[in-house]
Amino acid sequence: MSAQFMQYLLTGLTVGAIYALVALGFSIIFNASHVINFAQGEFVMIGGMATVSLTAAGLPYLLAIPLAIAAAALVGLALEKFAVEPARGASVVTLIIITIGASIFLRGLAMVVWDKRFHALKPFTGDTPIAIAGATILPQSLWVLGVTLAIVLALSWFFGRTLLGKAMLATSHNRLAAQLVGINVRLVLFLSFGLSAALGAVAGILIAPITTTSYDVGVMLGLKGFAAAILGGLGSGVGAVVGGLALGIAETMSAGYLSSAYKDAIAFVIILAVLFFMPSGLFGKRGSERV
Amino acid sequence: MKSTQARTSFKRGLAAVAAVFTLMAGTAAAQEPIKIGSFLSVTGGAAFLGDPEQKTLELYVEKINAAGGVLGRKLQLVAYDSAGDAEKARTFAKRLIEQDKVDVIVGGSTTGETMAVVPLVEAAQIPFISLAGAVVIVEPVKKWVFKTPHTDRMACEKIFIDMQSRKFSKVALISGPGGFDKSMRGQCLGVAKKYGIEVVADETYGGGDTDMTAQLTKIKNTAGVQAVLNAGFGQGPAIVTKNYRQIGVPMPLYQSHGVASKEFIKLAGAAAEGVRLPAAALLIADSLPQSDPQRSVVVSYKNEYESRFKSEVSTFGGHAYDGLYLVVEAMKKAGGTDKAKVRDALEGVHGFMGTAGVFNMSAGDHMGLDLTAFRMLEVKGGNWTLVK
Repeated sequence: MSAQFMQYLLTGLTVGAIYALVALGFSIIFNASHVINFAQGEFVMIGGMATVSLTAAGLPYLLAIPLAIAAAALVGLALEKFAVEPARGASVVTLIIITIGASIFLRGLAMVVWDKRFHALKPFTGDTPIAIAGATILPQSLWVLGVTLAIVLALSWFFGRTLLGKAMLATSHNRLAAQLVGINVRLVLFLSFGLSAALGAVAGILIAPITTTSYDVGVMLGLKGFAAAILGGLGSGVGAVVGGLALGIAETMSAGYLSSAYKDAIAFVIILAVLFFMPSGLFGKRGSERV
Repeated sequence: MKSTQARTSFKRGLAAVAAVFTLMAGTAAAQEPIKIGSFLSVTGGAAFLGDPEQKTLELYVEKINAAGGVLGRKLQLVAYDSAGDAEKARTFAKRLIEQDKVDVIVGGSTTGETMAVVPLVEAAQIPFISLAGAVVIVEPVKKWVFKTPHTDRMACEKIFIDMQSRKFSKVALISGPGGFDKSMRGQCLGVAKKYGIEVVADETYGGGDTDMTAQLTKIKNTAGVQAVLNAGFGQGPAIVTKNYRQIGVPMPLYQSHGVASKEFIKLAGAAAEGVRLPAAALLIADSLPQSDPQRSVVVSYKNEYESRFKSEVSTFGGHAYDGLYLVVEAMKKAGGTDKAKVRDALEGVHGFMGTAGVFNMSAGDHMGLDLTAFRMLEVKGGNWTLVK
């Protein structure tokens, strides 16, 4: 029984860590612009698919992964430059719809540039399961957990200790005030797209060896990441991580102990219940006019 | 002297060749081409079905025409891309029947598209060979509708027979969210009793799920499970297979014909070792014994397809091959393209060897395949092997 529980917990943490990375991407862009970027899932897909094609071209992981992340970041920057920025001044809803359009476009593009098949990446360090207290975990899952932790630490350093990070944070708190003290909010918005695209790509690369990847893998991951971000409180870094892990664990626990047919439903019922009592999520700012 | 003789014989030969050409041109001009209509999911989510089907139809219509056509008439393929959309399929089927006035329809990559078109072809009384999987297409029998792929029920039966021979009676089921997965799950639950199989666990997973260890842990801890069957399609079964090995489930794992392609082995990697699944002979064309009656058909289809398109053959394209040649066979027997006669000839097809197996159609069976069409395969050393 306890081995079973351990297995569900480890699985939930792995799945949750991925949701957390996607949720972080949502939060960063939301902070900079109050836009929910529905193309976030597509960044995940680009990371995975680009790594697949680069390694297929013979590049080692050490080269392919940074290139794939850079490619996704470039796509993110281009998305901001050519789709979001020209619509500057439009309402937030318009911008959100633009990102939905961008996600459909990117998916279609991926179908043409790559193909419609599923691809698997080789695990970074073998695939012999490791036994922990009667449960097993893949070495790749440890990578997922470790890298997620490292990214969370790096992000908190970035937002707390660097000028650019502080500028981003300031913009999220009060855009007008930030502008008045000389922060280039347009640059902040521009960079936030690149940063969250890179984050998404990292998530996509990390899970590709476990789950395989394809041109439309971003749809569901994007949705789950969005749910995690809402649960944790949009815009909150801690919230994104906690929300992601909570969603992942809720899913696997309900699949294991209740019914796998309703596991998504149960997870979403939990989210609804939380939002009912805490409308701005677990760690969201209270009392603001959040949508 | 000699040279004049040579010249006259050369001239005579030339005249003969010219005469043959005029004759051929004459008959071709006099005879309208036989129109084969088709609507396939060449793009969209079911493109992995429609793409090889379309290529196969094009390749073989070309080949048949190069060999003189059917009954002295050329074939003309009129194909539309219905993109997996039942509504589009209906529109195109209407256009095929009313505008293009085709003689027969071979198409419908998915069950949804096929079922949307069934009322149209029944009303227009035109023979229709579907390339989709589900049982509902031919059960109950519809007068003008036939199909070439195996059904999911046959896959269940084939698997259960193999389980029976290994003395398994308690089975766990895990299935995905797609139409194929659900239909197969239902069919398996339906026929399980007939083979003395008890389904003791019935788990499911979602569309974008990235991990199925929770469901599999539950199955692993269910008392009495002797084998696990995964009814699925796409990347889900590959993840199930990987997770299955990760948590070390000791029971044998069965997959469905939905993953019967090299891609599955590539995605699941080493975890695929020992997995069993039912599949058409096409998949193991080269390792079929010489004595196998299906060998010549599947080997020649495989070679022709792969040399032309430089991509690996799939069973889906094979269904289109079977559909096209069933039509050709029926038209030859009917001596023309009269729709009612062709339909009757299709129903009377007996012992026709296709890529999917031997077709024996009858008034009560518009698919005509039996369980011998499926081979039980096992993954060994990263390749398919025939289970003896």
